[in-house]
Amino acid sequence: MAITRREFVGGLLISLAAGRVLARTRLAQASSGAGLTPNVFVHVAPDGAVTIVCHRSEMGQGVRSTLPALLADELGADPQRVRIDQADGDKKYGDQNTDGSSSIRNRYEELRRVAAAARAMLIAAAAKKWGVPADSLQARDHAVWNGKRSLGFGELADAAGKLPVPKPEEIKLRPRSEMKHVFRALPLVDGPAIVNGAAKFGADLRLEGMLVAVIARPPVVGGKVVRFDPKRALAVPGVKRVIQMPQPQGAVGFQPWGGVAVLAENTWAAMRGREALQIEWDPGANASYDSDRYRGDLSASVHKPGKPARNVGDVESALAKAARLVEAEYHVPHLAHVPMEPPAALARFGDGACEVWAPTQNPQAARTEIARVLGIPEEKTTCHVTFLGGAFGRKSKADFVSEAAFLAREARVPVRVQWTREDDVRHDYYNAVNTQLLTAGLDSEGKVIAWRQRTAFPPIATTFDASVAGPREGDLQQGVTDLPLAVPNVRAETCDAPAHARIGWLRSVYNIFHAFAAGSFIDELAHARKRDPRESLLEVIGPPRIVTLAELGIPQLRNYGAPLEKHPIDTARLRTVIERATKMANWDNRSTRALGLAAHRSFLCYVAAVISVVRDRAGKIAVDEAWVAADAGTVVNVDRARSQMEGAVLFGMSHAFYGGATMKGGVTEQSNFHDYRLIRMSQAPRRIHVEIVESEGPPCGIGEPGVPPIAPAIANAIFALTGQRIRELPLMRAGVV
Amino acid sequence: MIRLQVNGANRELDVDPEMPLLWALRDVLGLTGTKYGCGQALCGACTVHLDGEVVRSCVTPVGRAQGRSVITIEGLSPDGSHPLQKAWCDLAVPQCGFCQAGQIMTAAALLAKSPKPRDEEIDHSLAGNLCRCGTYGRIRAAIKRAAEVAGE
Repeated sequence: MAITRREFVGGLLISLAAGRVLARTRLAQASSGAGLTPNVFVHVAPDGAVTIVCHRSEMGQGVRSTLPALLADELGADPQRVRIDQADGDKKYGDQNTDGSSSIRNRYEELRRVAAAARAMLIAAAAKKWGVPADSLQARDHAVWNGKRSLGFGELADAAGKLPVPKPEEIKLRPRSEMKHVFRALPLVDGPAIVNGAAKFGADLRLEGMLVAVIARPPVVGGKVVRFDPKRALAVPGVKRVIQMPQPQGAVGFQPWGGVAVLAENTWAAMRGREALQIEWDPGANASYDSDRYRGDLSASVHKPGKPARNVGDVESALAKAARLVEAEYHVPHLAHVPMEPPAALARFGDGACEVWAPTQNPQAARTEIARVLGIPEEKTTCHVTFLGGAFGRKSKADFVSEAAFLAREARVPVRVQWTREDDVRHDYYNAVNTQLLTAGLDSEGKVIAWRQRTAFPPIATTFDASVAGPREGDLQQGVTDLPLAVPNVRAETCDAPAHARIGWLRSVYNIFHAFAAGSFIDELAHARKRDPRESLLEVIGPPRIVTLAELGIPQLRNYGAPLEKHPIDTARLRTVIERATKMANWDNRSTRALGLAAHRSFLCYVAAVISVVRDRAGKIAVDEAWVAADAGTVVNVDRARSQMEGAVLFGMSHAFYGGATMKGGVTEQSNFHDYRLIRMSQAPRRIHVEIVESEGPPCGIGEPGVPPIAPAIANAIFALTGQRIRELPLMRAGVV
Repeated sequence: MIRLQVNGANRELDVDPEMPLLWALRDVLGLTGTKYGCGQALCGACTVHLDGEVVRSCVTPVGRAQGRSVITIEGLSPDGSHPLQKAWCDLAVPQCGFCQAGQIMTAAALLAKSPKPRDEEIDHSLAGNLCRCGTYGRIRAAIKRAAEVAGE
């Protein structure tokens, strides 16, 4: 099958129903030499149309409403005349892995410079035309101005395009006062397409002659197909092919999980065909995995000394001479992502090249994995990015994309792989299961003089290297080794925890359980000392200061990839969000209200949450109100920052109430929303109050940091209401919800 | 042959009457605004109207729509101007957007029956529509906004 690239694209456009595809426009104008294209992100056409590339994936965080607006504002463009072009996966854009709450925090200045370069060239072109110095001109409202005279961007585009591109260090960014649109609530650019059903997600595209594939995957990770009989599946009307998937080799990584695929004319036929398959499985080495029993193993692991990851003073001596010890063990199970859109991807293969359309957070990694699975060079792969129907880390893994690529080659027709919800729940890259033991020593006046924290979980590294047997020091930089403590003796230890499930990162990752344990334990210390929990929390954090590596007792801190000089651990900021959240919640006059408080720094952002709980008519715990204060430094789109914090309350509530994938015989026991439950509207708090601290500091993460403080704040509120201390999630297990 | 009306147009479908309406809409008619989220009427992403009533199309055999009228998100208004669609945009309700067609279709059926719904009615009506991004608070506010606008 010989298909040229042009026919690929043409074929897609022809077969798509009228509607909005993300990648509507390309920077094709650039190749004709018309207009201004100073870099891969910005194009100004001679008709004045400005195209800005969004190189990050839209998954609900609002990046398409934010990044292009930042560039447009720096440029001086009229937002109404800006088109957004969704980038394919391509190294020319730099990192595209939309993960780690990094889109703004890592590229803020660089992308502003990209737009400022275009602006400088438009101004230079106008200066030349008018014969005036460039520094007397201004770019705003889609034109360059000299007093009351102006030349539109379109009129200048061709001339500007012939000028040299200024060096980044020569480019001056606009002062904040000149930015007209950003740093406040920005319009939701994709709102209209979403509310009329036109927005295209992973399963919404079709190609001529396409088949839909549903795959029967080994029930246990690492399992194998021994034999299978396709006859009954092939007898289902609409089923066209049955194809065995490649068996993953070595560490699971992003490899397809294996199994047998049923390809059919429509999704329903493929699902029915899969039900009719007869497969004999070899469950493999993980068939002994029992998460209840494993919980006991983790508990035993944290009751023995581990490997030191943080050390200040002499914890063991301090604990030995403490007037009083407080000790608690916490447990958080595997958590599943369950984005509302189960994984899906469309692929086409021909002439040694593969083209995919996928709701991927990481289109470059998808290309790498497709090239590996197909044994073709990466240059022969193309990855277009659709809207993502939720992702939360799940869709940065390329397994589902390369499944489609493999099947498209084998079937010799375009193939769209559709995961069912059951596939999604049972074959996730789960967040690590975790047990921690925290021990504090108090002196005779109740001051905390020692803090020992042991943590055991199978880290993400196990997914890529099967020999890894437990967390390493670097894994503790999410809420353990970077935790500011005004305690003279501190020690953190990693304890062994081999993996028997596929582990991956889920929105805020290890911070989820580290914040749950530390946030709960600090509250326990307050009650043990008969102190107000906020006052106690502020005391344990200590006075406003920049926390040094020496104080933390660690040799280095990855600090989410940011230099400590730019993004120090600043307890003043942590204290501020605690004060703001508790002030909003009227903490000092809370009277009989049961409020719980927790605060956490992650992805360089500081978040405090206060949660109010009540008993509902059935006597169960309900969250009726929440207050969140966040300091994320400079915030480009204040409304999307708010919506991320609002969403984080619900996301955290779902983990706290119901989260937990459990395994028996290596098989995940849950399968769909009846047994992997999420918070429903009737359980959502009546009000969620969000305060975003105004700041001109360097931008921090937004998407993830709202999640970690929610579960401990809920547990602390439950203690305030009932006196019952919850040390294990989900709350469902204790019967309180 | 199944004869039905979809978004006001007469359609004939040569499919197994047992095929869920969801897949008939998405795979046969190309109306992809209606989403697959669970296949078991647990999440509401596939919600459409069948003769004005809310149904979960993932568990509704297309045969049951024989001779009846189906409205999907694509047919809720000709141009995205339904008061709910406008309120959804005004209040920036969607995050990822995947569940929102189902949320809006459920809310539209609620407003048709109860033009000024109380909080409890909203919560009750939309309890079957999951949102993993956590937009529930804004959904409630947008329904109230739409109810006000429609009442003016």
